Amino acid sequence: MAEDTKLVYKYLRHDKKFPHVWCPGCGNGILLGALIRAIDRTGLEKDEIALVSGIGCSGRLSVYVDFNTVHATHGRALTFATGIKLAKPKLHVIVIMGDGDATSIGGNHFIHAARRNLNLTAIVVNNNIYGMTGGQYSPTTPYGALSTTSLYGNIEQAFSIAELAGMAGASMVARGTVYHASLLDELIEKAILKRGFSVVEVISHCHTQYGRKNKLGGAVEMLRWQKDSAVRLEKARSLSQEEMEGKFTIGVLVDRDLPVYTQEYRKVREAAKKMMARPS
Amino acid sequence: MATKNAGRQVLLQGNEAIVEGALAAGCRFFAGYPITPATEISEAMSYRLPGVDGTFIQMEDEIASMGAVIGASLAGVKAMTATSGPGFSLMQENLGFACVAEVPCVIVDVMRGGPSTGIPTHVSQGDVMQARWGTHGDHPIIVLAVSTTQDCFSITVKAFNLSEKYRTPVIILADEVVAHTREKIRLPHPGEIEVLDRIRPNMPPDWYIPYENNSRGVPPMSSFGEGYRYHVTGLIHDVRGFPTERPDEIVPFMNRIFRKINQHFADIQMVHEESTEDAEVLVVAYGSVSRSARRAVREARQRGVKAGLAQLITLWPFPRQTMEPLLRKVRAVLVPELNMGQMSREIKRINQGMTRIETLNRIDGTLITPAEIFARLVKL
Repeated sequence: MAEDTKLVYKYLRHDKKFPHVWCPGCGNGILLGALIRAIDRTGLEKDEIALVSGIGCSGRLSVYVDFNTVHATHGRALTFATGIKLAKPKLHVIVIMGDGDATSIGGNHFIHAARRNLNLTAIVVNNNIYGMTGGQYSPTTPYGALSTTSLYGNIEQAFSIAELAGMAGASMVARGTVYHASLLDELIEKAILKRGFSVVEVISHCHTQYGRKNKLGGAVEMLRWQKDSAVRLEKARSLSQEEMEGKFTIGVLVDRDLPVYTQEYRKVREAAKKMMARPS
Repeated sequence: MATKNAGRQVLLQGNEAIVEGALAAGCRFFAGYPITPATEISEAMSYRLPGVDGTFIQMEDEIASMGAVIGASLAGVKAMTATSGPGFSLMQENLGFACVAEVPCVIVDVMRGGPSTGIPTHVSQGDVMQARWGTHGDHPIIVLAVSTTQDCFSITVKAFNLSEKYRTPVIILADEVVAHTREKIRLPHPGEIEVLDRIRPNMPPDWYIPYENNSRGVPPMSSFGEGYRYHVTGLIHDVRGFPTERPDEIVPFMNRIFRKINQHFADIQMVHEESTEDAEVLVVAYGSVSRSARRAVREARQRGVKAGLAQLITLWPFPRQTMEPLLRKVRAVLVPELNMGQMSREIKRINQGMTRIETLNRIDGTLITPAEIFARLVKL
């Protein structure tokens, strides 16, 4: 544990005015730890990483770590990341977004980034709510759940972020939880090393806004729910639909090799140069 | 008189000349979304950029285009996007980010009739105020207007230079007529063109203060991946780039981003004057309308009317230092423009009773003709 603390310490920005903004018990700290451990395992230098985040509680993550960091506009983190990656392909660009950030205001950018298959890693923290603004329903708030804008129960259906990413064309899609922290390390590491657009949906909790409103208990109870509801993909395959009712799978859900944008664009450059070299 | 240094004579439309200007200025990244009447810029960029090891990408919308442009610039590549009114509205949020995070980039807005979908294929100058105040909050901005195909080349080079020099987005306001007019222009040799690049840090990374309040008001800018890791945010930040809510950090920051433009007014404000030395009446115009105005002024001169023309290249910051002495010495001023009076409002604000300001406005998607300006000019 001491080594783990030292490792996290190595990557934090100590001149940043800590403490961080997150509530005690928040899953974002666990994610931050997992991200640091995963990056450390890849052996990448700090300078080879560009970390882009959106707006919301998860959006604050980028300021705390010693990489090339951008705290972008709400929903637009992937667009900034696209520019960075195309301008400097040697950078490993990691994007942190929340559920509302990635699939509501940034939904269009999310599906098109997946379709385009640029070599980016998108980590979507799904806590089923807009936490920073005080607990309004998001595209992943379950049907019937209470929020400050669905006081009579949410009447909208929720997105499955992982399925959305897979259908839109991502090369790799994984789902983990902040409870299964060591699995999360592995999933993020794999996603960073994957060539093509990779998505890690991180099931987290907002006990402050969502948990309190829906009487789900505090951070401990909500983490316990993650433990009880998450089923490893290998095990889920042997379970019936009824047995999976109310549960979700974790692990690498999609892993395939598809043409990567930067590789394809290299062909465009070659074709253009051939064309320019032709006598007019 | 063709000499070896005459450059290359080519027939181009304004949109194509903007592309050539951007490439000459070192632009190597373009992200855009199709929209009339700016689409040719995307098309030409998609054709030209890959051949010079640049990158073109068609994004899912204009919001994304502006985001990608900011990202590319942060990674150290000169970047541009181009659009028209509706797309320009969508870019405003990220444009504000570029202002506050001081990310150099160029945005071309080829103006068409508005509001909303408006008159997509016809000319307008309705975005003058949107270019100044489109994004929320107080912010400095540089806006340049182009009136000829030659301008489209040279002002685009200038736009990139100003954006790099002052770490600010620069907006080029073209209009449908300028964008689609085909003219013979001269493309200078690369060696003839002044190209400026952002100042990069040369101190050890540990000493780098990314938003330092220095005397120029413009801190050196590091590219991602070059050892100077720093934080970029749309939140108001301290000199190290970290978010702050402290009044004693907010005020110096806001003052500096305004000061970096204000203290370099002389470098930024560009006004082409014609026959203004002894002028008694003055036409103030910009964009395609300034071409009608030039002809009207010349004809008025032939009739013995002491008319002059002040053609605004820099619209924002308003070139006050150049315009005030002119306003002081003329009997009356005519401001013809293709909107309900966006620039004339600013001129009236500056005027403070020095002279009489008259307006000539047109919003029907057609140009103001030289004859119309002439008719008003001789009666001033």
